[in-house]
Amino acid sequence: MAKQDVESEVTGNVWKVLKSVGDSVSEGEVIMILESMKMEIPVEAPGAGTLTQVLVEPEEQVEEDQVVAIIES
Amino acid sequence: MTQSKQQTSSQPRAIRKILIANRGAIARRIVRACNELGLESVVVHTSVDAHAPYIDEASEAHALKGLRPADSYLDQEQLLGIARSSGADAVHPGYGFLSENAGFAQRVIDAGLTFIGPDPVWLERMGDKVNARRIMAEQGMPIFDGSDFITDLATAREIALTIGFPLVVKPSGGGGGMGMQVVDHIEALEAALTQAQTVAAAAFGSSDVYLERWIPQPRHIEYQILADEHGNAMHLYERECSVQRRHQKLIEESPAPGIEAAVLRKQAERGAEICAQLGYNNVGTLETLYSDGGSGFLEMNTRIQVEHGVTEEVTGVDLVQQQILLAAGGRLPEPAELSGHAIEVRLYAEDSQTLMPSTGVLRIFQPPQLFGVRVETGYQQGQEVSPYYDALLAKIIAKGRTREQAIGRAVVALQAFTVQGVQTNAALLLRVLRDTDFLRGEIDTGMVARILRTGERIPAL
Repeated sequence: MAKQDVESEVTGNVWKVLKSVGDSVSEGEVIMILESMKMEIPVEAPGAGTLTQVLVEPEEQVEEDQVVAIIES
Repeated sequence: MTQSKQQTSSQPRAIRKILIANRGAIARRIVRACNELGLESVVVHTSVDAHAPYIDEASEAHALKGLRPADSYLDQEQLLGIARSSGADAVHPGYGFLSENAGFAQRVIDAGLTFIGPDPVWLERMGDKVNARRIMAEQGMPIFDGSDFITDLATAREIALTIGFPLVVKPSGGGGGMGMQVVDHIEALEAALTQAQTVAAAAFGSSDVYLERWIPQPRHIEYQILADEHGNAMHLYERECSVQRRHQKLIEESPAPGIEAAVLRKQAERGAEICAQLGYNNVGTLETLYSDGGSGFLEMNTRIQVEHGVTEEVTGVDLVQQQILLAAGGRLPEPAELSGHAIEVRLYAEDSQTLMPSTGVLRIFQPPQLFGVRVETGYQQGQEVSPYYDALLAKIIAKGRTREQAIGRAVVALQAFTVQGVQTNAALLLRVLRDTDFLRGEIDTGMVARILRTGERIPAL
């Protein structure tokens, strides 16, 4: 099983987490939406697989390049 | 100038000290207007904004608790508390934040202070987009086919078929394009409705949505209105604001290139007449979409706009001073001639290619000082650009005798503006200013998206 990190591209806050642990996701599918500078920034799956970990919660602050979830394929 | 038959006799109210319930470029702009008018100004700031340049330029500065907008610049209790304790007699809400919040405006008035903006009734009536469309249509303003509030899917389907596809689902309480969904065919309607309602509920606290005909590749043309409390209204021509990204304006100019002046004047005059008729007061903007198929009213913004400087440059009317004078019960200024051409580019802290917002400390921040160029910014070197507020770093407003001259000055100003510490969209702005279609005045709201979609590498500065 290959592990893939899902990273945040921006510094901001988690607005909504759309997927749960155990969900299968396809490449480019939106896992969560961040809010930064009044913009909604979707975090997309870098590849297809199963979401094994969600490392952040709504309202939580995230930094650029922070790993916010993990996908295994 | 248009005058309605009903005259209201309101007494002039003295304004001596203004609380500015905002931040950034507009807070600084209002401080400047206060200083010019010999009025005292009170600014508020969060801890990340504590080093903003207007803190020293204002008569007084007060720290806000909290960082996030909801805990600071949107916190009515804190703001009203500071207004009271500082002895302010008026509140200027700027744009964004509480500027179009009727409840806040009413609380300001109930506290015995003057709200620098339209009567709360207008914030409420125009804030509801469906209602605003109805009011304007009744007054003879052209609108595109659309619906009332959508309550159920069956009705939505029925109306959608009469409007035709593509159409757009819009939140009624919203603005700035948030939650808008374009629907190409009937099968996609249900999903789009659900999506729009979800975003509307989360962002605007109301899941009310409506349908409107989708105009492909339209131009965004808006008309600046000024109105006093004595039944008079006038317009200050149009602004062309079609260069947008994510439904947010990027470049604005006046006059609008490539549209017959007589057509624009007719719309602007009609808009002013309607505002006089309705008894609207203070400043406002009528936003419309324009295409070869005609034009339609979109919404009315009941506040000063981000891009007000463009109109100031071509008319010589100081819109922020006017807001204060009109709120004090003053009358309209003399009609203004349109002179030359002005163009504004919005410098955002975001990547030119991906449009991703960028935060950090402004290690270097040196706005240019050039002939024909005005820079409006709420930042200075050493200050932090945080993820809490919007990404606008500065507005660069270039004026020329012709459009070409104004564009040339904007190009040079962008090249001369040094920013280090955050990414900026300067390269994207330059790319648009040099675009052959743009230079010919062939602009539409999809332009930036088309440039970015091609995957073309935006050349660095």
